[in-house]
Amino acid sequence: MAAPARSERWIPHFVLAVGVAIFVFPIYFALIGSTHEASVIGRGEMPLTPGRHLIENYAQAWNLGSGEKVRGTPVHTMLTNSFLMAMAITVGKIAISLLSAYAVVFFAFPLRMLFFWMIFITLMLPVEVRIIPTYKVVSDLGMINSFSGLTVPLIASATATLLFRQVFMTIPDELVEAAKIDGAGAMRFFWTILLPLSRTNIAALFVILFIYGWNQYLWPLLITSSREMETIVIGIVKMIGTGDAQTDWQIIMATTIFALIPPVAVILFMQHWFVKGLIETEK
Amino acid sequence: MRRRVIFDNKVLPYVLVAPQLAVTLVFFFWPAGQAIYQSVLLQDPFGLRTQFVWFENFTTVLRDPLYLGSMRVTAIFSTAVTLFSMGAGLLFATMADARIRAVHVYRTLMTWPYAVAPAVSAVLWLFIFHPSIGILGRALLGLGIPWDYKLNGVQALILVILAASWKQVSYNFLFFLAGLQSIPRSVVEAATMDAGPARRFWSIILPLLSPTTFFLLVVNIVYAFFDTFGVIHALTGGGPAKATETLIYKVFTDGVINLDLGSSSAQSVILLLIVVTLTALQFKYVERKVHY
Repeated sequence: MAAPARSERWIPHFVLAVGVAIFVFPIYFALIGSTHEASVIGRGEMPLTPGRHLIENYAQAWNLGSGEKVRGTPVHTMLTNSFLMAMAITVGKIAISLLSAYAVVFFAFPLRMLFFWMIFITLMLPVEVRIIPTYKVVSDLGMINSFSGLTVPLIASATATLLFRQVFMTIPDELVEAAKIDGAGAMRFFWTILLPLSRTNIAALFVILFIYGWNQYLWPLLITSSREMETIVIGIVKMIGTGDAQTDWQIIMATTIFALIPPVAVILFMQHWFVKGLIETEK
Repeated sequence: MRRRVIFDNKVLPYVLVAPQLAVTLVFFFWPAGQAIYQSVLLQDPFGLRTQFVWFENFTTVLRDPLYLGSMRVTAIFSTAVTLFSMGAGLLFATMADARIRAVHVYRTLMTWPYAVAPAVSAVLWLFIFHPSIGILGRALLGLGIPWDYKLNGVQALILVILAASWKQVSYNFLFFLAGLQSIPRSVVEAATMDAGPARRFWSIILPLLSPTTFFLLVVNIVYAFFDTFGVIHALTGGGPAKATETLIYKVFTDGVINLDLGSSSAQSVILLLIVVTLTALQFKYVERKVHY
């Protein structure tokens, strides 16, 4: 192919730069907002450059989560809650999906296909569709405002089971045979051969599920009402309330930045796994 | 899916599927069954008596002007979100697929918004478009446009569409880029011989991308229907005057806030049918891809 003309070379750069600018734009203003005083923002006089209250605002958000008007939960509490919730959902989903995919692929037993379809069909039952009855089940089990109520209902995963099933199907029969000849039992095979072979898929899935868990909104909104259990995404929205001009925007914006750092860091540092996981789980 | 070499163990497989199955039964099947059951029952306002009413809840819901209004909002909202986020994703992916330097720098810079929670995206845009403190909200007022998304339904809808589309572009970008990169170079080069860039795009590249496009269409509709609850809850609360109340938001308000179980369950079942249709469509496409 002939080298593209000069004009053809700068157009992509220009369009992509505009795109990146649109992506960065709201983050930039959140950062700026988090470095000024509430009164400056409230008057609508926020400059386009950083102010001098960065450390003070972030420390206040971290330790108190409250300002003059806003009565919130300290960011360190909310970050811990979000992290624990995301990790429990991620590890839970991966663990129970590994086990069920293993059973479905490596064993022959009655009801095998029925179980597989029962898991598969949950793809069509997102939590949003069964909000009220699921809430009722959790409340009947006395799990409202509990960590298990927050996480356990979300850990069933058809996507992860399907992915691991596909991975397990590609394991050559010879490998299983060799393991059996060497006297490895079913669980020994699972731990020493299957798990190490699925390492890359587990890493890819981890990134996707961590983001999924971190960004949960409707479920924690219903299940948690106590301050101690508040996740950071819910916490920010509660801080805003009715969205008056005269509120502690600098604290809200500092909290927003805190909420963005963990999932964005996971994506940036594990970008390779993320893209792999994204494309694979959706196949 | 049957393997030749398998372990023979009578009890172990049941133990292995038990955790997944338990969660599925207790938190998926039981509640979904309840939703369907409740949808054919009518409860008096005090919750003392319930009565079997066949499809009365459904006919009430489908005749309710508020529900039809919410369907209209959902249609506009999801069409706009899907069009914007897929359009922008395709545009950026096409540009990144051109042979230019620093492509992976752009890719990194375009990937991260995927990590932003929908509700957080709403907060970011709220801060910019707030009529009295937001930088663009004030700019619009300065230009003489009476901007107030808390009073103006159309403006509220525009804002939730913007916040919901912004974070979804990354997803579409990544899939379109993967799709573009799987088109053989030779095909594109051959087309360069006898077609200009525009013609090449419309008659060669776009048709080759159609499986990706179709897949993304379904995913984006599902996203706009279900995952954008946080955007609306954080930004407008369905208002003003229900201008941004989507179907999923209405299930929430009717069930959680107004405690109208029959109606909310009937609405859930309608949503369930929509998900089933979309999932079926998606799998039909996957099937086709396998056979090709």
